[in-house]
Amino acid sequence: MLTEQYGPLQKKMFQIMDETGAILSPDLVPDRSEEEWLQSYKLMLKTRSADNKALQLQRQGRMLTYAPNTGQEAAQVGSAAAMEKGDWLVPAFRELGAWLSRGVDLERVYLYWYGNELGSQFPEDVRMLPISVPIASQLQHAVGVAMASNIKGESDVTVAYVGDGGTSIGDFSEALNFAGVFNAPVVFIIQNNQYAISVSRQKQTKAETLVQKAVAAGIPGILVDGNDLMAMYAATKEAIERARRGEGPTLIEAYTYRLGAHTTSDDPTKYREDEEVETWRDKDPVKRMKAYLIGKGVWSEEEDAKLIEEYDEEALEVFRKVEASGETKLEDIFKYHFREMPPHLQEQYEEYVQYLEEVE
Amino acid sequence: MAVMNLISTINHTLDVELERDDSVVVFGEDVGLEGGVFRATVGLQKKYGEKRVFDTPLAESAIVGTAVGMAINGLRPVAEIQFSGFIYPAYNQIISHVARMRNRTRGRLHLPMVIRMPHGGGIKALEHHSESLDTLLGHIPGLKVVTPSTPYDAKGLLLSAIRDDDPVIFLEPSKIYRAFKQEVPEEDYTIPIGKAKVLKEGTDVTVVTWGAYVHEALKADKLLTEEGIQAEIIDLRTISPIDRDTIIESVQKTGRFVVIHEAAKSFGPGAELIALVNEGAFLHLEAPPTRLAGFDVTIPIPRGEHHYFMDAQRMAAGIKKVVHY
Ligand SMILES: Cc1ncc(C[n+]2csc(CCOP(=O)(O)OP(=O)(O)O)c2C)c(N)n1
Repeated sequence: MLTEQYGPLQKKMFQIMDETGAILSPDLVPDRSEEEWLQSYKLMLKTRSADNKALQLQRQGRMLTYAPNTGQEAAQVGSAAAMEKGDWLVPAFRELGAWLSRGVDLERVYLYWYGNELGSQFPEDVRMLPISVPIASQLQHAVGVAMASNIKGESDVTVAYVGDGGTSIGDFSEALNFAGVFNAPVVFIIQNNQYAISVSRQKQTKAETLVQKAVAAGIPGILVDGNDLMAMYAATKEAIERARRGEGPTLIEAYTYRLGAHTTSDDPTKYREDEEVETWRDKDPVKRMKAYLIGKGVWSEEEDAKLIEEYDEEALEVFRKVEASGETKLEDIFKYHFREMPPHLQEQYEEYVQYLEEVE
Repeated sequence: MAVMNLISTINHTLDVELERDDSVVVFGEDVGLEGGVFRATVGLQKKYGEKRVFDTPLAESAIVGTAVGMAINGLRPVAEIQFSGFIYPAYNQIISHVARMRNRTRGRLHLPMVIRMPHGGGIKALEHHSESLDTLLGHIPGLKVVTPSTPYDAKGLLLSAIRDDDPVIFLEPSKIYRAFKQEVPEEDYTIPIGKAKVLKEGTDVTVVTWGAYVHEALKADKLLTEEGIQAEIIDLRTISPIDRDTIIESVQKTGRFVVIHEAAKSFGPGAELIALVNEGAFLHLEAPPTRLAGFDVTIPIPRGEHHYFMDAQRMAAGIKKVVHY
């Protein structure tokens, strides 16, 4: 079991592939075809394109505040790739690669960051909760979703995300504790990208690793190279299978790095050195997976460049559609609070409509 | 005298007080090294050291809870909550302890502490970054709740808040952090908590508002003036305790009352203000006291924000209805 070999107290990080894309432990490579790895790689590329486009549009003043994922694609895509059809995804807000992997279309995502609540109205068949801005609060929902699967006798597993900063908030500890007590089929993934806005991981906790917080909750944990797609897949797969067998929750610390800013409102040069960023650029998850696939002969530089171009264009096209959707409809801010609008809201709505007619 | 905007005034005021009083400490998420996401504390860690100006882990309950302990043990903590919408994890500490310690211990312990935060909306932000907590905080016995609308007032009120021997919540309208500049005296001055300010005298209607809406209301007043309506505009400045006298005196003169606020209408601060107008000026009223308030909905994210927040024109239309009642 990986969680035994690389458990929280082993002080080892689980890796399958090194920074150059070379396989370190061939016996640990998950049983997946090259075609499947290529699919995952493409999702990483798509995530990066969507990110780049959003940032570019934000600079042009067409997109609002946006939280980029660059550098964290393997942690997101690798973990989501291990999920099965009926499994639930519970996001924080920086998991674009995971969302796309689970069938959320980019249009929804862009609509959300464009500032319209309809961006959180996923289709029925997408088992994903909305973005949760209050840090770590979503973990409680994840445990509840998983407890419900247990209570109903269903075998679906819940995969929930949180950042390194989020591990400091009470909700995190409470969620882990509940998950352990109720043996909930949930996998917690900490994307440790080393910063919570300007606050470094070292200032967030005196604990040597974040995954060691699993020990206190009495649940298994594993520290994984979050920039290694294969390792993320393997660790999540094992945790999901354990949960599905009825053996309860797992905590995964994906050790990664936010190459970009916290959001478009943030200036990371105020709190970190360029050299640090550069050392992490060498560990880029996309670069190493590309090298691996090219080495296997299933991918080429030419195909890569062409696909990036395609994804860039697609992202722009999607955004244009979102942009054309314009402002939120007035009735939309009223009509979703309850199944039926109560009289006082109806009245406020009508009064305002009347006012608008009068001023026109 | 220096010319400053609201955010640089907050920074300057914290600087003044850190310099003057060694017991003052300033902390919160991103407050130290970076100087705050809005730059309210920029440069202060460098000047006063990591012991007095520091970053905390991401945990609002612990930020407020430890402030309680520090205040008990001789410090004057000034804690920052990054956005008002993230106060909720700390709400337990605020209601259960911050507001009660003096009363619970019958005066043995008291909490000279300030909790500051960006407040209110209109900045095209993500969900939870536009919240109005007037009622949620004002309703708690044992708390003072203050909100300045100008740099000048911000300095005087923040100095009063830090020097107050009881806990003060300091709500900073983020929409106007950088909206305009004003001359702010370098020297020490305070503005008493619990005192509203009459910004413009008038005889036809009393208009009470606070925070960023003050500036919109002043624009509305210009529209009203063009139509010959003389409104008296009052900036409440302190949400709790309310300056009853200033408001009653004004309504007794004008006979009409309008309160304008960002927070949702039902159970909002407007209800409290109207109640006290009814209690103190009922026989002077010539029209029903009226609330121009947020709809009873969750504040929309950016593309719907304009539906929620009022502009001067909408305020003026609402005030006119009361005048022509
Ligand atoms: C309860 C709460 N407090 C503060 C914030 C403001 N905030 C937004 S993101 C963030 C940092 C989150 O860091 P981390 O959990 O490491 O995730 P990352 O942004 O690195 O993905 C903060 C403080 C918030 N959203 N919720």
